Amino acid sequence: MEALKQELKESILEALNLEEFTVADINDTDPLFGDGLGLDSIDALELIVLLDKDYGIKLTDPEESKSIFKSVEVLASYVEANRKK
Amino acid sequence: MKNEYFISDFCHMTAEEVSVNGAVILKNETADFDAFLKKIYQLQNLKYSKFFKMDALSKLTFLGAELLLKKESSSLKNIQDTALVFSNKSSSLETDRKHQKSIQSNTDFYPSPAVFVYTLPNIGMGEVAIRHQLQTENAFFVFEQFEAEFLQKYTVSLLQEKKCHHVLCGWTEVDGATRHGFFYLVTQKGNIPHTKQNIQNLYTQR
Repeated sequence: MEALKQELKESILEALNLEEFTVADINDTDPLFGDGLGLDSIDALELIVLLDKDYGIKLTDPEESKSIFKSVEVLASYVEANRKK
Repeated sequence: MKNEYFISDFCHMTAEEVSVNGAVILKNETADFDAFLKKIYQLQNLKYSKFFKMDALSKLTFLGAELLLKKESSSLKNIQDTALVFSNKSSSLETDRKHQKSIQSNTDFYPSPAVFVYTLPNIGMGEVAIRHQLQTENAFFVFEQFEAEFLQKYTVSLLQEKKCHHVLCGWTEVDGATRHGFFYLVTQKGNIPHTKQNIQNLYTQR
């Protein structure tokens, strides 16, 4: 699980062009949206594409996405349980 | 007719250098335009993380506007009442191609929402308006070439009809090997009369 969290942090930084952050800046429980990394709605769409591309997970329910993207910890647990690749 | 308007400042940004009012402020020592834009961003001590999500056209627009509006923000009244009038030749074609490439394959179909957002040339002006809280007129024109006369007339009409206090004009061309931003601020003070000939001269002075 630790490796997956690390991988997700690296993918998020790269996919969302968060050049002013490093992996060390993202705590496992930090909120990804709002106060945390300050992501916006386009970033949310970009994360949905990332999950599909890297893990074969297709998210279609916006409410579900909201809870999955709560933090890297929550996201990693979801990926671990639902990944197809 | 007496010329009531002036060009207070102008800026050129190319793959080689960036200059303000004719003085070079940074030279590009790499072949990488995106890295050069990042250097200009850093030189301005900007903290605007959305910059890194922009395409090259929007970054160019954002930085050109930043250099001129920041320079004049303390001396010009009503800086937030600045209209934006931009133009270029290739619209957002470079990013359009990037987006099109990402939707080419049925089996590898992962279009990037962030790339798609920038498939309009006027998006860069939106970024400028958000950054500087401009709730003013804005227009983006696509021309075969730089049109000094049109821009001069359009700018004067905005000012005379009191749609704004100042106008930031820009030519932002990004396609293939061409990277050129030319920006000038039209106000009621300055040393360069806002004429077609002066605009054309400044445009070619890079």
